[in-house]
Amino acid sequence: MLAYLTRRLISLVLSLAVASAVIFLVVEVAPGDPASYMLGINAQPETLAALRQELGLDLPKWQRYLAWTTGMLTGDFGTSYTYRAPVAEIIGERLWISLPLALFALTLAVLLAFPAGLIAAATRGRAPDLGVMAFSQLGVAIPNFWFAMLLVLGFAISWRIFPSGGFPGWQDPLLALRALTLPAVALALPQAAILARVLRSSLIDALGEDYIRTARAKGLTRTQTLWRHGVRNALIPVLTIIGLQFSFLIAGGIIIEQVFYLPGLGRLIFQAISQRDLIVVESTVMLLVFAVILVNFLTDLAYALADPRLRRT
Amino acid sequence: MRASSWQKSPGGGRRPGAEPPLLDIDALTVEIQGTRILDSVSLTIAPGEILALTGESGSGKSMTALAAMGLLPQGAVASGRITLDGTDLLSLPERRLCDIRGRDIGMVFQEPMTALNPVQSIGAQVSETILQHAPRTPRAEARARAREALHRCGLDLPLSRYPHELSGGQRQRVVIAMAIALRPRLLIADEPTTALDVTTQAQILGLLQDLTRTEGMALMMITHDLAVVAGMAHRIAVMQKGRIVESAPTGQLIARRDHPYTRALFEASGHQPHLPPRPDSGALLQAQGVTCTYPLPRPHPFAAHPRFTAVDDVSFAIGRGERVGLVGESGCGKSTLTRALLGLTPIAAGGITLDGTPVFTHHRPNPQVRRKVQVVFQDPYGSFNPRHRVARLISEPFHLLPDPPRGAARAEAIAEALTAVGLSPDDAQKHIHAFSGGQRQRLAIARALIIRPELIVFDEAVSALDVRVRAQILDLIADLSASYGLAYLFISHDLSVVRGITDRVMVMQKGRIVEAGPTDRILSAPDHPYTRTLLDAAPRLPDLVP
Repeated sequence: MLAYLTRRLISLVLSLAVASAVIFLVVEVAPGDPASYMLGINAQPETLAALRQELGLDLPKWQRYLAWTTGMLTGDFGTSYTYRAPVAEIIGERLWISLPLALFALTLAVLLAFPAGLIAAATRGRAPDLGVMAFSQLGVAIPNFWFAMLLVLGFAISWRIFPSGGFPGWQDPLLALRALTLPAVALALPQAAILARVLRSSLIDALGEDYIRTARAKGLTRTQTLWRHGVRNALIPVLTIIGLQFSFLIAGGIIIEQVFYLPGLGRLIFQAISQRDLIVVESTVMLLVFAVILVNFLTDLAYALADPRLRRT
Repeated sequence: MRASSWQKSPGGGRRPGAEPPLLDIDALTVEIQGTRILDSVSLTIAPGEILALTGESGSGKSMTALAAMGLLPQGAVASGRITLDGTDLLSLPERRLCDIRGRDIGMVFQEPMTALNPVQSIGAQVSETILQHAPRTPRAEARARAREALHRCGLDLPLSRYPHELSGGQRQRVVIAMAIALRPRLLIADEPTTALDVTTQAQILGLLQDLTRTEGMALMMITHDLAVVAGMAHRIAVMQKGRIVESAPTGQLIARRDHPYTRALFEASGHQPHLPPRPDSGALLQAQGVTCTYPLPRPHPFAAHPRFTAVDDVSFAIGRGERVGLVGESGCGKSTLTRALLGLTPIAAGGITLDGTPVFTHHRPNPQVRRKVQVVFQDPYGSFNPRHRVARLISEPFHLLPDPPRGAARAEAIAEALTAVGLSPDDAQKHIHAFSGGQRQRLAIARALIIRPELIVFDEAVSALDVRVRAQILDLIADLSASYGLAYLFISHDLSVVRGITDRVMVMQKGRIVEAGPTDRILSAPDHPYTRTLLDAAPRLPDLVP
């Protein structure tokens, strides 16, 4: 188990190093000089040079890469060209919306998908299964921004239970959660549908295994067999999907953030790219990469907990 | 426990049968979607009795066992009566059946590799049987009883072990421990040793026999292997197409074989193909000091991979037209050696030449050599792509030729190969699902024959076949060796299979060939203790009086 952990950790660090180099190069190679973009096309060459010097754009590439990465390690993400504020601060503010939103949505998705998947697998081919399959098909097919607008129409405009958009801040946690509820539901629905289908098929595979028959021969009921021997064996593919979904939800809520007017990470990236705010783009992307790699690492740990066979490799 | 102890006492000691039956199956009929799977099956088992249920695959043996467990597949309709000690099982509600399963009837399955839950420790799985039927048992006591059940099955391992850390034989002991933990009155064992090596098989059969003797447990033993049956059962019931065609005490049934089907089964089991004499001429394959290794998991992330030596300095030769057997238990390296001969696994040291040309040149298999060696695998179901027609399937080896035949020449080659294995040229247009297991194995042989190889490797090629089909395929293989002048390498874990089909046999243990010589000599007077162990452990049919 210790060897497994060490190997995973080494791969985590290496992935981060490679990712940072790739991100830096891609952003550098992309056309567009941030200084000339900021000053407009009529800028004097001297002012441009002064700004480039101020931003550190005149230094050699490797020095800028080194400064960027070592800065990030100490929590200094540099200063945004356009916001004129420390990037760490800007990202921090946005993260306080995107991260809770992603967690909220994922929790909802899991809470919805597990019972649905279990019921579907246990009643395979009969009415409850067909119902779950039909609904999940719908859930995968409906675009989430459209579903979000329906939610707003219903819960914010007709019934006025939840706000239709905006974010009041975390001073009043209850109010903040209310503001995040509709976006979280809109994000969770397709994820729950996917998760329920994966869980169902994975459980059905597990239920066809020989050890399920062995368990039945011991005197376990169908339900006991499903819970004690089916679920844990079906968990690996489900964990994989949950890991992927969380990574996606952290930044993938960009359209939903737009619909609900939430100042989250997705919108930050979108704005930074259109304004050539290289430092913000680089740092946010790096942060997202870090989040994905970290989630993968945690997923690997969850695998090992779920399946003893993985612990020895 | 002596490896062969189980064989010595069929019917020996107290002969049960006088007591009222424990399990009484009366006119059991099972239908699935209108198809009759079991047709009026009747049998009884008395306490302490071993009843063997035998027959070919699809005859309804397993279905009878599942019916007794109340575990018939969904959609199966059963009629008739199954009583256990007077209780009618067929009319019991599911809840009551759950109480009976595991407590009164235990069951052991064929595949020890998959019968255990991979993510639970063996201790948890054995104590689950105990806790299921007495939920208030304290954990510690349940574990103690689980340890005791494992001990009775001859397994003294820590309870925290997981199935993947155990060998096949050890896993089967865990499965048996789960089934007997509550000392059930009836144990149903469905092909419990079919997936095991002969020496392990002997131990497991001995264990099952001991359990019936010491605990008065009745045993329903399902097996296709008549030699196993003959060695241990008190009574034998022979099944064919969902019916019991003959049922009698073991000695009587073997001596009389009243039903023609029983007679055919016994004859096929003892069948010896007639091997034409070998044309004596020169060497074909030469293996010199062949060594193959595999990387093992690293002990820590910065260590070099330790290597496992699967084949260790093996040298041998196969002559033109010579039929050679390679025998050994699972894990002895015979599969790795085969793969090396076929150029599928690189060798770490040594060399293999065919007709003087190396199989590997610069670490790449040589196509010139490869087309002279073809292979037939064990599983006739898994080794064909179900989407292609037979013509395409069996002509696949043509890609090894620099100038493969086309058009009429290709069709002719396909027709000839099909005819050679006893099929019709018309079969070329069919898909593989239209063929039975035995026919598929014929197709596999046709695929090997089609480019006129000099050597065919048979990798457990008849192990998965029913006895009568196996006898036919062995005859076919014997005939082909003469008509095509073929050399064979016949790989098997079972010494009895290579008898009669090989001129010479090599016995492999732990990556080395420990003994080699003429088949008759090895089978009658083995030198090496390991060969003797294998021979002793192999179940034998009694001599049949015609």
